[in-house]
Amino acid sequence: MERKYLAYFSIIGISILFILRLFYLQVIDTSYRNSPLNNSAVAIKYDYPKRGYIYDRNGVLLVANQPSYDIMVIPQDVRELDTIEFCDLLKITKDDFVKRYKRARNYSPRIPSVFLTQLSKENYAFLQEKMYKYKGFYIQKRLLRQYPVKSAPNVLGYLGEVNENDLKKNKYYQLGEIFGVNGIEKQYEELLRGVKGVKFIQKNRFNKEIGPYKDGKYDTVPIIGKDLTLTIDSKLQQYGEQLMVNKRGGIVAIEPSSGEILSLVSMPTYDPNMMVGRKRTVNSTLLFGDTINRPMFDRGLLAQYPPGSPFKIINALIGLQEEVITPETHFYCYGGYKYGRASNNFMGCHCGVYGSPIRLDRGIYKSCNAYFANVYRRTIEKYGKASKGTDVWNKHVESFGLGNFLGTDLPTGKKGLVPDSKMYDRYYPGGGWRAPTIISNSIGQGEVLTTPIQLANMTAAIANRGHFYTPHILKKIDNKPIEIEAYTKPKHTTIDPEHFEPIVEGMFNVFEKGTAQGSRVKGISIGGKTGTAENFASFNGKRFQFKDHSVFVAFAPVNDPKIAIAVFVENGYWGSRWAGPIATLMIEKYLKGETNRAWLEKRMLEGSLQDEYDAQLAVEKAAREEYRKEQELLKEQQLAQKGE
Amino acid sequence: MRKRENNIFVGIDWVLILLYLTLVFLGWISIYAATVSPSDTKILDFSTLYGKHIQKIGFGLVLAIIAISIDSKFYERFSGVIYIITLIALVGLFLFGANINGATSWYRIGGFTLQPSEFAKVGAALALANFLSEPNRDLSTLKSQLNAFAILLIPAVLITLQPDAGSALIYASLIFVMYREGLPAYYIVIGLSAIILFVVTLALGLKITILAVFGLIALFFLYLIKNNNFAIKREWPKLIAFYLCVGLFIFSVDYIYNNVFEKRHQDRFNILLGKTADTQGIGYNTDQSMITIGSGGLTGKGFLEGDRTQGKFVPEQHTDYIFSTVGEEWGFLGTTAVILLFTAFILRILTLAERQKSRFSRIFGYAAAIIFFFHFMINVGMVIGLLPTIGIPLPFFSYGGSSLWGFTLLVFIFIRLDADKTYEW
Repeated sequence: MERKYLAYFSIIGISILFILRLFYLQVIDTSYRNSPLNNSAVAIKYDYPKRGYIYDRNGVLLVANQPSYDIMVIPQDVRELDTIEFCDLLKITKDDFVKRYKRARNYSPRIPSVFLTQLSKENYAFLQEKMYKYKGFYIQKRLLRQYPVKSAPNVLGYLGEVNENDLKKNKYYQLGEIFGVNGIEKQYEELLRGVKGVKFIQKNRFNKEIGPYKDGKYDTVPIIGKDLTLTIDSKLQQYGEQLMVNKRGGIVAIEPSSGEILSLVSMPTYDPNMMVGRKRTVNSTLLFGDTINRPMFDRGLLAQYPPGSPFKIINALIGLQEEVITPETHFYCYGGYKYGRASNNFMGCHCGVYGSPIRLDRGIYKSCNAYFANVYRRTIEKYGKASKGTDVWNKHVESFGLGNFLGTDLPTGKKGLVPDSKMYDRYYPGGGWRAPTIISNSIGQGEVLTTPIQLANMTAAIANRGHFYTPHILKKIDNKPIEIEAYTKPKHTTIDPEHFEPIVEGMFNVFEKGTAQGSRVKGISIGGKTGTAENFASFNGKRFQFKDHSVFVAFAPVNDPKIAIAVFVENGYWGSRWAGPIATLMIEKYLKGETNRAWLEKRMLEGSLQDEYDAQLAVEKAAREEYRKEQELLKEQQLAQKGE
Repeated sequence: MRKRENNIFVGIDWVLILLYLTLVFLGWISIYAATVSPSDTKILDFSTLYGKHIQKIGFGLVLAIIAISIDSKFYERFSGVIYIITLIALVGLFLFGANINGATSWYRIGGFTLQPSEFAKVGAALALANFLSEPNRDLSTLKSQLNAFAILLIPAVLITLQPDAGSALIYASLIFVMYREGLPAYYIVIGLSAIILFVVTLALGLKITILAVFGLIALFFLYLIKNNNFAIKREWPKLIAFYLCVGLFIFSVDYIYNNVFEKRHQDRFNILLGKTADTQGIGYNTDQSMITIGSGGLTGKGFLEGDRTQGKFVPEQHTDYIFSTVGEEWGFLGTTAVILLFTAFILRILTLAERQKSRFSRIFGYAAAIIFFFHFMINVGMVIGLLPTIGIPLPFFSYGGSSLWGFTLLVFIFIRLDADKTYEW
């Protein structure tokens, strides 16, 4: 009776085989997920809400949306069509048509792909009536940004497509979606974008949609993006940009009583509309590829310059607070300050007050290097060891928001640099650094680095006589003023308020009898300070000095400050030559709405520093070329040695 | 002889009935999942496929009760008549049949369609049982062999002409019944060897197969000669003949494949043998089915949660590919449970069949078990990508009245025969 066992064995054997196969298919093998057929039975469709608008502090519309129309194609649905007519409608050539169609087809015959992007509104209206003729083609609407005011691209930022890297960082997005890459668009992305709605749609095997999945049980409704009002004054911003034409640098203006950023100019700049639409790719390459002018580099936030003379004010305040000087303390200047025994241990000065006593007030308005070198040295040496003095000084300086991130609501920033004893211990490992070693800090040269926004904030703190509000750029969300403690709570400096009055007096006199007399504005009391920041660059161990940067800080009116401003003009030389006039023109424009100094305004608007930049570039190029040649020579020598 | 009581349920094998009902119930659940759409609200909506299937199950149960109410002697005596009637029904298709999906396999009666090939299986099983159970039947004689083959060949040919080659394959499987009843083993050995050689030839191509197989045969004979089991001097004509037969078979397979097979048949084998990867055309069904099953994972997505089932990704999912629904919604646990249920069901029939005293009952039971087994093996094998695409239903799971009723008759006639096993008549 052994024959009956064949059936038993077969049945049990097949069952075991099937179970093993199913175990493989269902538990072990996960490759089905990668199968081209597994484009999921449920399609997820997103309903993108309107992105929020952006206004300036006076309600001027800065960023809006414009509809844009893409022609989409599903190749498998395409029927025979009159290609010539269709190409005519789309204004493309027949070759172009074939190329685009092939690309879509290669991507997928079933899945829609973009055939032609960003039609104009007029084209769309015309096409829409005719689209029924062309099966498989349809028009899809998208929203693009539009900038009615061609200004402040560095503040507003721009939108970009989400790429693979971004996906890893944020699960909200899908590949190819649009999101804020820079500026406000990035910083307040979540407010502006709203929340996209999700629709689940059941598909069949032909990838055709056959209705909502589970009756739309899991679908969500989109939440519209919020409109933002910025603290920026668009008129002032544009005026600043005009003044800076053909110059490089940054302007930052802050309202001292609130920390609101009134303008944030970076030059060179570009038309924000360049980063939108059909030409975006070309323009983007152009803008980012410009390594000489660097229009995408926000100089207001990112450029770190030595602050120059405006930093003397801080040193004076620290001297008063540390009680190493009083406003009446006087020093002498003999064309500079000798800080060591060696003949070259001498810091020159251009204040022109030779041999007569210089008190604080005059020290400021004449910007006397010798005066502040004395003050600084006293501060550093107050505690005996230079390291202790330096750290005390460092703490005071940092209380003005220097040497660290300010905590603004802008997505980029730089720390700047305020040295402390640790840093100098690293610089001079054997120790032995003393006040004279670091004397350049007294006049804002040395190691200190600041960004224009830090300087503007520092000026605001002086204008407020000892405190500041964290600079910020968001004013209202959906027309409701924001209430964020970080922006409404004052940050106090370590300097007592009473020490500010003599300083402010000195700053006022800068215009009356000091270095910025030429920039005086009738009817507005301004406190300011000129600066000339040395401009060094190192190539291959060689140090080059280029034309100094022109720096100016100011606030006005002196007794009820409405605006604090910092201006940096690269290679602008004296602070009074470019930065001073620009700063005061900005103040005048902001406080009066107009300017009365037509000749000065004209000089600023038309003045160009392009020659200076070209000169610097030529030197840099030559230095690089020299370096390259040296390297080649070195290589040859090495090769020759090996040959021997 | 004891007069049988009016109670038809005496001696009934309830285990088998329970297994039957479980399979039918799970089958309906699967059809429901595969065909329900979100707008359906009522289960007893007879305009839907799952609603219609309930009617068919109802009618099947009526058939079942009729089948176990009829005296077991009737089946033995009238097996020939039943067989002839099913053959007439098959022939009648050529005159009155309705063409659905390219095959003339159905009668259209009112709103219903009836597929006689599903009933012909019952007829063939009865006729084969009747023929083989005759006293002194000796399957080692050529005459008996030819007669038995004829019983299977006639309906198989008729069905192949419809054309429905898949169903015809089932009749070939009944050779195993004949083997059980004394058909010499070399039929099975030659048959299986031919199938293996067939597949190998298609997979490796003509030249390699010839070389490999001839080499293997040579090694085999060398082994025999070395052990003095084969005298080459005397028996070389046998060796030559063997070589010729194998060679001829391989050549004919190649020839048939390239010249007789239609493109679609070739495609089916090519895809299975991995010679062409095709996820759009003919291989699409099986690929979709395997992805659907794979996506179920260990525990499945849950009842009615199978998005690929809901999206109708697998073509013919409520008929031939119904098993993929189980795979997606109930996962590996569900598919294993169904496979174990089928195994238990078939083994139960087989065990009961072996217990029969009456040869007729035993052979019929055996035939029923083999028929179920081959349907199960071919259908599931196809759905999980182990066998080429052969369109035959999964018993009790695939949507369709005729197959359900045919399978029901097969089970319940056997249950009747089994219930009467203690009676001598």
